[in-house]
Amino acid sequence: MIPPQFDYVRPANLDEALAILRDREGAKVLAGGYSLLPLLKLRLASPEVLVDIGAIAGMDGIAEVEKGLHIGGRATHRSIHENAAVKARYPLLEDAAAGIGDPQIRNWGTMGGSVAHADPSADWPAVLIASRAAINVRSAGGDRWIDARDFFIDSFQTAIEPNEILTEIRVPAPGANAGGAYAKLERRAGDFSTVGVAVQLNLGADGQISAVGIGLTAVAPTPFAATDAEAILMGATPDEATFRRAGDAAAAQSSPTTDAHGPAEYKKAMVSEMVVRALRSAVSRARKQA
Amino acid sequence: MTTKHISVTVNGEAREADVEPRLLLVHLLRDVFMLTGTHIGCDTSNCGACTIHLDGESAKSCTLLAVQADGKSVTTIEGMASGATLHPLQQAFWDQHGLQCGFCTPGMIMQAAWLLKQNADPTETEIRAGIAGNLCRCTGYVNIVKSIQQAAGELAPSEDAATEAAATIQA
Repeated sequence: MIPPQFDYVRPANLDEALAILRDREGAKVLAGGYSLLPLLKLRLASPEVLVDIGAIAGMDGIAEVEKGLHIGGRATHRSIHENAAVKARYPLLEDAAAGIGDPQIRNWGTMGGSVAHADPSADWPAVLIASRAAINVRSAGGDRWIDARDFFIDSFQTAIEPNEILTEIRVPAPGANAGGAYAKLERRAGDFSTVGVAVQLNLGADGQISAVGIGLTAVAPTPFAATDAEAILMGATPDEATFRRAGDAAAAQSSPTTDAHGPAEYKKAMVSEMVVRALRSAVSRARKQA
Repeated sequence: MTTKHISVTVNGEAREADVEPRLLLVHLLRDVFMLTGTHIGCDTSNCGACTIHLDGESAKSCTLLAVQADGKSVTTIEGMASGATLHPLQQAFWDQHGLQCGFCTPGMIMQAAWLLKQNADPTETEIRAGIAGNLCRCTGYVNIVKSIQQAAGELAPSEDAATEAAATIQA
């Protein structure tokens, strides 16, 4: 499959890239390419010019600060997976990174690219929603931060404007007695999720849930926060009955479609089950910290 | 649409080409440089037959643009042997019958080479996870895993690994 014709530029720095996005119509940002190139090959996208950000220094770092994790827009799935701070303190990210695509794709595919592409079945968006991450986008005129919960507008549509580049993602520090987990139902290893559930939570001194975020993927036109389930869990005792009530609430809030991965009713049942599994794992990890 | 002039080091040799930006890396290798060892299987980044190394990291060349390789180094299956001496992985695939139809083999070997660079002494589970992005339609995975185990023993001849590989081969 041959992509349509386009022009290609590889700017040496971010300002140059932003100037191109400001000045040229129909520009599209290229990072690893493992989301964009399939679209081009299927001719579902036909940009005038690809702006390859692969040569811009300083966009692929991962830094841990007191307030959390600063992940460069071009950090690869693999670099996140192998990061020592992620392994030690961000199990939700480690879980999710391990299940994305395959080794070759994890070598080159990026978190920023995946998030900007906004495939409704992608894993990172649910993770960022559960962790209440903030996403930085920059244009020639300046930059702004977008809450991950406001970022995904529709399938393959985000709050990024055509003249903006996603430059950084900030994941808040998990805090005390924290646990996170990603539960992914997939037909084969490395597939896009049939159902994906991200959970990030904290336990209070009394052992009850003091903070919780739940992001769902593949079961609605966009990834979304399971707010009804979050409301049930806040302040609750983390037991099986509560997990199941939260799972059922998340299932009720989802709107999956029937497709090759299964009927809508099956997926709803699996939302409930995967929420329960992610909660079990997150709570068990939080207790180990205590 | 204007073409772009690119310089790519392929298997250690400096190569240049004028290419359309939309040319895929796998087509640059096969159709421009006539290195047809890299295969096109699914053309959708699923099967891994087109796996090469880009700046030392394994990549699926059907889902990369040739222009993305500008200034970088590419290694293909043609770059593995030293003259008439097969690379230990190539020899191992031969010895262990690691191929049936052979279509997936160049990608399997390139991915296995990358895997052994990351992890010189992988367990069977680690090998299977390491080649999760490479599909063998003949389903000959048992012998593919054995091949990679044999090569791991030869490439990293720590005593344990060598004994283990020999034991596996005999079993």
